[in-house]
Amino acid sequence: MWDTVFPYLLSGISVGGQYALIAIGYTMVYGILRLINFAHGDVFMVAGIIMVYIAASGLPLWLCIPLVLLITVTVGFLIERAAYKPLRSAPRMSVMISAIGVSYTLQNLVLYITGGLNKQYPTIPLISDTVQIGTAKTKMVTVITPFLVIILVIALVLLINKTKIGMAMRAVSKDFETSQLMGIKINNVISSTFIIGSFLAGVGSILFFTNYPTVIQTSGAMPGLKAFVAAVFGGIGSIPGAVIGAFIIGIMENIIKGLDVILFKMGLTSAPLGIATFSDAFSFALLIIILLVKPTGLFGEKVTDKV
Amino acid sequence: MNQKKSKTPMIVTLVLIAAIYIAVFVAEQMLPATSMLFTVLKKGAVYALVAVSMNLLNGFTGIFSLGQAGFMLIGAYVYGIFTIPVADRAQVYQYFDGGAIQFTLPIVIAMILSGLIAAFFAFLIGLPVLRLKSDYLAIATLGFAEIIRAVFQWNGLGRITNGSNMLRLFPGFNDFNIRNTDGQVTLYLSTLIPFIMAGICILLIVLLINSTYGRALKAIRDDEVAAEAMGINLAHHKRLAFCISSFFAGVGGAMLAMYQNSIQAKPFTSAMTYEILLIVVIGGIGSITGSVFSSFLFVACSEWWLRFLDEKQMIGNFEVPLLRNGFRLVVFSLIIMIVVLFFRRGIMGDKELPDLFSRRAGKKERAVK
Repeated sequence: MWDTVFPYLLSGISVGGQYALIAIGYTMVYGILRLINFAHGDVFMVAGIIMVYIAASGLPLWLCIPLVLLITVTVGFLIERAAYKPLRSAPRMSVMISAIGVSYTLQNLVLYITGGLNKQYPTIPLISDTVQIGTAKTKMVTVITPFLVIILVIALVLLINKTKIGMAMRAVSKDFETSQLMGIKINNVISSTFIIGSFLAGVGSILFFTNYPTVIQTSGAMPGLKAFVAAVFGGIGSIPGAVIGAFIIGIMENIIKGLDVILFKMGLTSAPLGIATFSDAFSFALLIIILLVKPTGLFGEKVTDKV
Repeated sequence: MNQKKSKTPMIVTLVLIAAIYIAVFVAEQMLPATSMLFTVLKKGAVYALVAVSMNLLNGFTGIFSLGQAGFMLIGAYVYGIFTIPVADRAQVYQYFDGGAIQFTLPIVIAMILSGLIAAFFAFLIGLPVLRLKSDYLAIATLGFAEIIRAVFQWNGLGRITNGSNMLRLFPGFNDFNIRNTDGQVTLYLSTLIPFIMAGICILLIVLLINSTYGRALKAIRDDEVAAEAMGINLAHHKRLAFCISSFFAGVGGAMLAMYQNSIQAKPFTSAMTYEILLIVVIGGIGSITGSVFSSFLFVACSEWWLRFLDEKQMIGNFEVPLLRNGFRLVVFSLIIMIVVLFFRRGIMGDKELPDLFSRRAGKKERAVK
């Protein structure tokens, strides 16, 4: 039984880590702007596409990865400046619509560049090597992901708690107007939030597409939505919450994907039930449940509505 | 104030709408049926209905719902399941022993049923979800649409939904053409009928918006707390708006099925909802006329007018750069972004068609004086 479950668990942890890196971007932006950045999943996809094209240009790999991260960060920064900054004083619905518009634009732009074809993600040595863990054969990236996520999260938490910019971020997320009055340059804080979010999404995309090595303009939509669900599940605005939520969703999703096989091997079912269809739907069901039972999520702060 | 309002704008509007219907009818008899115009008009009519139904929620009630694609999917499937001729069922449901349902409903009844079942699902999902606030509600309805999509693709329900296979062979728009015994079309109705269907549904929504209920919904949009203080039952009215909007989204889904002649759960993604939302935004959030107008504009641009951007164009010997497959969509999304960022009121703002005429009429009156 353990032998059957273990590979699914392993890939669940790995996918969970990748969702976590995206979820942090959602949760930080939401914490500061109260905006669901619908375009974040597409930034993740764009990072994948950039990698495909840069690697195809023949640059050495050690140069490719920083370059990809740099471009992704620039994309994230420009999106904020072009599409969200002009709407700073507009109603929240307008900003959300703008985010949906950005998502639509990015997808169409990539469709135009790639011609709508699946692009093969380049093989990155070391992390795409095959390793044997117990009974499961997997790629090195599966093992590296959780550790890398933990390191990055610790670095991020240190940044938020110990540095000046981190302090500014915390202040802005507590009270937007007052922190402005206290002389915090709000635009810089928001930009740096988007830069951090895009950087992590870029790292996430390198890990994710090493496992699922085709990129197409829609491949950011689903991971993006699931990462958002993870952020809500963990309590939006809380970074550890987003990470834990992402791991839970990643693991559960992969277990459901393999549930047919697991049940069959355990002798509980004789024919496949086709439960794998629901692996995506599961996250959303979880979202609706958590919103009803504990709308603030696992680690969310209690917010009181002002009339 | 209502009594003092002149009736002329209303009459002009009605005449204009009647003229459009007559023009559609005449054009259909005169022009070849393969003309791009009819594709645009048919799809435009479907999108107009769906956009108006979304506007009822997002524009008039202030509920930011992103579940439209899910309700359309329910509508499309219900329509397909109940209208496939019994004789063809064995062929359509070939992997599921001919399917579980072995009777056929008339088209109109099947359409109403699509709406009712979509509304029923909306009622169920509304119980928990409508308690949520703006962006949480958006993401919960979006999630609901994804769940629905997975359920309809599940092979376990295959005897009803045909699993991940297509539903087809049900009556589509082209079956409304009247043919003589040789199979020759004597009277083209395949564009007029969707216009009439969408027209009736949109008329019902307009009547709703101008009723007491409609005014209550607008009050909720403008200020929930104040509306509650004035004695409006928030939960009741929100649920009502959600169910009615989903009803018409379901009917719109049925019409989309008729337009496409086949149904699959795959294309009903969040991207479809986004597209409809963008149509509503371009038309102006809170304007029925705007939604209708921008639906046709959106469909015409994406299917017809901007097509030339997808092909190589030569001006003399000079090949215009950048033009290749997909460029149309890039230009299109940039236009949308410009509207979203700089013309936030859209084409119509919150004005309706009669308002346009009344303003012009008002100017004329002033000029006369």
